[in-house]
Amino acid sequence: MTVQMGIKPISAGRRVKNGVAQVLVYLAFAVAVVPLVSVLWLVIRNGLKRFDIEFLTHSMRNIGARDAGGGAYHAIIGTLEQVLLASLIAVPIGLLTAVYLVEYGNGGRLSRLISFFVDIMTGVPSIVAGLFVLAFWILVLGMTFSGFAGALALSILMMPVVVRSTEEMLRLVPNELREASYALGVPKWRTIAKVVLPTAFTGIVTGVMLAVARVAGETAPLLLTVFFTDSINEDPFNGPQMGLPLYVFGQSALPQDVAIDRAWTGALTLILIVMLLNLVARLISWWRSPAKRG
Amino acid sequence: MAKQIEVSDLDAYYGSHKAIEGISMTIEPRSVTAFIGPSGCGKSTFLRTLNRMHEVIPGARVEGKVRLEDQDLYGTNVDPVSVRRTIGMVFQRPNPFPTMSIFDNVAAGLRLNGRFSKSQLDGIVEESLKGANLWNEVKTRLNKPGAGLSGGQQQRLCIARAIAVRPQVLLMDEPCSALDPISTLAIEDLISELKQEFTIVIVTHNMQQAARVSDRTAFFNLAAQGQPGKLIEMDETSRIFTNPTQKATEDYITGRFG
Ligand SMILES: Nc1ncnc2c1ncn2[C@@H]1O[C@H](COP(=O)(O)OP(=O)(O)O)[C@@H](O)[C@H]1O
Ligand SMILES: [Mg+2]
Repeated sequence: MTVQMGIKPISAGRRVKNGVAQVLVYLAFAVAVVPLVSVLWLVIRNGLKRFDIEFLTHSMRNIGARDAGGGAYHAIIGTLEQVLLASLIAVPIGLLTAVYLVEYGNGGRLSRLISFFVDIMTGVPSIVAGLFVLAFWILVLGMTFSGFAGALALSILMMPVVVRSTEEMLRLVPNELREASYALGVPKWRTIAKVVLPTAFTGIVTGVMLAVARVAGETAPLLLTVFFTDSINEDPFNGPQMGLPLYVFGQSALPQDVAIDRAWTGALTLILIVMLLNLVARLISWWRSPAKRG
Repeated sequence: MAKQIEVSDLDAYYGSHKAIEGISMTIEPRSVTAFIGPSGCGKSTFLRTLNRMHEVIPGARVEGKVRLEDQDLYGTNVDPVSVRRTIGMVFQRPNPFPTMSIFDNVAAGLRLNGRFSKSQLDGIVEESLKGANLWNEVKTRLNKPGAGLSGGQQQRLCIARAIAVRPQVLLMDEPCSALDPISTLAIEDLISELKQEFTIVIVTHNMQQAARVSDRTAFFNLAAQGQPGKLIEMDETSRIFTNPTQKATEDYITGRFG
């Protein structure tokens, strides 16, 4: 009986606090979702108008200022190539840096130094990355504007994101698994390659996709490095290229309605590409996960 | 296959903290040796010095000698990786590789160390799973993830994984402490079978378990918290449990402390 006496109903004060907190949480959620949904809604509504075969297969070559038609094929190709090249540069470097920090650094001086610089790189404004490539690659080394120069700038932006997310995922891998592997007489590097990285694989893929999504929409660094063109240039190593963000930027600056429509559709295409890449990444993670076999 | 281990005057450190001091003992081949003693006296630490797993921890180091028959495990040219291949280990908490199937878990040590044909692997995996008394429970689902097994099955999977690389010694750190009584019994039976082939060292908190499975027992103790752990005495298990020479051993076994 005495025990029962000690158990009380929830007090009015706590009920009120709970209610207030609940309302605040939902409100915050709504505030966060409103811009997201409205952006998506606007882009889809305005972008669908020109989302057609011509848009996906034609460039802007020989399209006059007031002409309708034309497309973003050159920009789509450019974006895909630039992002792919940037990933090819940034993902291996970022991955290996994270492996060093987690598996070999032991919190020593070098690893703290690297950590510090990765933090700084995270804060580098994207235009500074573009300026750096412009100054170093194009002006000092005398290379031409090219998709590859853009990829260099983008890779500078990707690298810290890949390092940080991979680092976090590697730290989540329980030490017991490493020890289990060592105890089987497996050398450290094989343990990392065959046990640690596969265990963290899904998380690493997600991190890489976030990095890709981040750079796919960058405009400023491209402006300074891949320049600008209305024609199709499939070679990312030679001559100016286009990119979807540049395309949207260029078209939206024109006064004609047909150009504005093209800009919306360009934005829609960019969102779709990033979504598609995400989907592919998710498929890869799912295909690799043990749950599939289970 | 099984070999004798001889330890002489061994100290182990974590950074500047000395965890165990002056340990000398002989571990007989084809027998089960049990380590008992209160928590924190350095049983796990000592066990891990026997296959050079201790030095995996940053800042950890070892002084003294461990000989496997005529080889000094801490000699200058000895590869710790090959030591661990020769002296396997089973941990307190079952730790199957989560990304691998049951088959791949058992084959992991082999695959990660060299080339084997599919039929060779099939043979060794079946043999090891039978050796760990797990074959009948998993033979129809070798492709399923190892993490989907029960705790006791996972621990036997880990034992199968350890014996698949054909070690000469098997170290077990409280292998049953996370398991239910039935699984514990299954593993104790298994240990009695495995000692035909391997030299087995087992750390246990469970006095009955030490009495049931081991041939020889070593009792460790520490003078006070923060002091290094020491080997108090080591003898035939029956002697340790009925007629120990040291007062501390008797007190611990009769449950007066620890
Ligand atoms: N990773 C570690 N880092 C620092 N000290 C440790 C570590 N592991 C164990 N120790 C210390 O070493 C001593 C022995 O621990 P341990 O070997 O785990 O004892 P037992 O297995 O007998 O309970 C304890 O004082 C413990 O605090
Ligand atoms: Mg222990």
